[in-house]
Amino acid sequence: MDLSLGPHYEEFRARVRGFLDAHAATAPRGILNLRAPETLAWQKTLIENGYAGRTIPREYGGYGAPADILEMRIIAEEFASAQIPQGLAGQGITMLIPTLLEFGTEAQREQFIAPTLRGELIWCQGYSEPNAGSDLASLKTHAVLDGDEWVINGQKIWTSTAHLADWMFCLVRTEPDKPKHEGISFLLLPMSTPGIEVRPLVTMTGDASFNEVFFTDVRVPAGQIIGRRGDGWKVANTLLGHERGMLGNPNLTLQRFNALVELMREETLDGSRLIDNPVWRERLMQIQGRMMALRANDLRLLSARANGATAPLAAMVVKLQGTELRHDLEGLAIDALGELGVLYRGSPLLRDSGYWQQHHMYFLGLIIGGGTSQIQKNIIAERGLGMPREPRAAGR
Amino acid sequence: MDFGLSPDQVLLQDTLTRMLAEQAPLERVRRYAEQNEDRAGDVWDATVELGLSGLVIEEAYGGAGLGLVEAALAAETLGAHVAPVPFIATGVVVPLALQEGGSEAQRDRWLPRLASGACIAGLALSEHSGAREDARIISEQDRLSGRALFTLDHAADAYLVADTVGALYLVEADAAGLTRIDLTTVDRSRRTGELCFNKTPAERLAGSDAALTRRCLDRARVLLAADTLGAAQHMLNAAVDYAKQREQFGRVIGSFQAVKHMCAEMAAALEPCRAMVWYAAYALEALPDEAHLTACHTKAHLSEVGKSVARTATEVHGGMGFTDLLGLHYWFKRIGLNRQLLGSPERLRHEAALAQGLVDGIGET
Repeated sequence: MDLSLGPHYEEFRARVRGFLDAHAATAPRGILNLRAPETLAWQKTLIENGYAGRTIPREYGGYGAPADILEMRIIAEEFASAQIPQGLAGQGITMLIPTLLEFGTEAQREQFIAPTLRGELIWCQGYSEPNAGSDLASLKTHAVLDGDEWVINGQKIWTSTAHLADWMFCLVRTEPDKPKHEGISFLLLPMSTPGIEVRPLVTMTGDASFNEVFFTDVRVPAGQIIGRRGDGWKVANTLLGHERGMLGNPNLTLQRFNALVELMREETLDGSRLIDNPVWRERLMQIQGRMMALRANDLRLLSARANGATAPLAAMVVKLQGTELRHDLEGLAIDALGELGVLYRGSPLLRDSGYWQQHHMYFLGLIIGGGTSQIQKNIIAERGLGMPREPRAAGR
Repeated sequence: MDFGLSPDQVLLQDTLTRMLAEQAPLERVRRYAEQNEDRAGDVWDATVELGLSGLVIEEAYGGAGLGLVEAALAAETLGAHVAPVPFIATGVVVPLALQEGGSEAQRDRWLPRLASGACIAGLALSEHSGAREDARIISEQDRLSGRALFTLDHAADAYLVADTVGALYLVEADAAGLTRIDLTTVDRSRRTGELCFNKTPAERLAGSDAALTRRCLDRARVLLAADTLGAAQHMLNAAVDYAKQREQFGRVIGSFQAVKHMCAEMAAALEPCRAMVWYAAYALEALPDEAHLTACHTKAHLSEVGKSVARTATEVHGGMGFTDLLGLHYWFKRIGLNRQLLGSPERLRHEAALAQGLVDGIGET
């Protein structure tokens, strides 16, 4: 057991720090505005220096470095601690590009990868439907081949950035007579296509980060398919594998924890600091203990990947435990603030721009989204512990 | 970077697992508990033969010279088998204290006997993790007076004892003025007790100080956490196995989502604990600035997860889990004792806050 990174990676870390120091004054801060000239310029700088599109081949506009999970982690850690955004990370970049590299035709790769990476082409993901959430494979939006065009009808929901996107990658049913997992295809379509209607979906945080998307006789060239007809589920699961592969950055949780410690040091109740109250301190330390367990688990996974080993159960628990921890961490700040904790955007006396409330609600969304905690428990029980699968409902 | 087990470390755990499966099956543990044996001599002999008594002792003194990660793996395996043998004090904390704080003469005299298993050493640190009753040890000219409660590895030939200022002493079990009292806990797989000193002659560890006593405490805490990890993992495995074969309403109960989710919740909480214990054991040797904080949090967190797993795994077994017949309660009680020894979770989290300067401004910058 040896947690030191060694001279190669320490040198690499120093290089990342050097880059961040050199750009500290000019780099954009906070959330990047899509399409803004300064965002595109920053993305270009990051690609040129290997901090965005790092492992994407040069012929598709990437940096072309070999995949190295420790280098990727060091980059993520250093950008997080410098509080400088590590470029664009929309679903086009994180999910579609890896899929195109694996399943796309040469023409598709050339058409889409470079502009997507540069931030010129914004994508949204059309998967979930009102009646296909946890049971995604039962989706009903369908496409029928009419000459050399697909004609799509149906509805998608929870579609992030659909109101801003240029294109959508989506799952539609093309083989209605086949079993549900074998009847799905993976299509690409411009959002400007006639027949698409996007309606914003405001969430409990007050933000409209999601949309509903309606399709009425939407016509798409037959060639805009990734993989073969009926292969969509396989293609999508590879994508979801990429999504699950992203372990998240535990340093972001650490930053929120440190902010919580600061809050308890500064805020007072009856004139005494919260941190001096043993009840609040105890709750803070409980959160820290849970966080330390997950940080150690993350190190184990990182090391396993770097060394070509696996720790399947340790990986399966990350989403469940990580989202619950963040929700509880943000919730503790609200509790500690008492009445001040329920103030929200625009109010006098508001603390930290209302982020504690916003994140508390947002992480409830993440507990539900991307495979609910209950689905996660099924996965852990069935795949991790080898327990019996859910019995299929009759007739399905 | 390598944060995983080496082939040698896996082999150590596998070898110990095989030995305990043969030498210390539940019937053997039960006999030790029910007949109130002082020592399970046969199991102890087999443990010594595998080298556990000398695991961390330098090779020059007859040990294997391994580290705290290996010690934690051994403690985990002993917990998984509710093994009725001493280890945490006699196999790890006392020899390391001797190696770091003992004079050459003390090391020569004690370490070979500890390594060979000829001498078993207990540990009395009680008041350094919160004193109950009036427990405290006062030293005066190398004579100890007072009480120490809840020793580790109580059925011992000698004890390492900390006084109020954190100096460490070795005391022979038959020393004049030492009275030993067994304390009967729910966990009958190990012995704990009380030591009463009345001007008892003791041998001060030449280089001992409060910092060494703190390290002893942290090591013992991490090893207790490792013991809980093993015991809790056993209970989870038993619950999953039971749920896969027990049938009700024409189905195995493991096909009911209510039961599946209980098992998934146990696994989700317990699996990160494995890495946490590794990290804490590694930190004791390699990350001195973090060692105390991680030891406190690791034992506190393992105690919480262990308690929850112990309860839930028992519940999955239904009425059988409640019986003596099944014997699952040996693991439940082992986890229960580990939780209270050398600092309850609340105490440990208070120490964690102290260590970070979060308590009433102490140590804040």
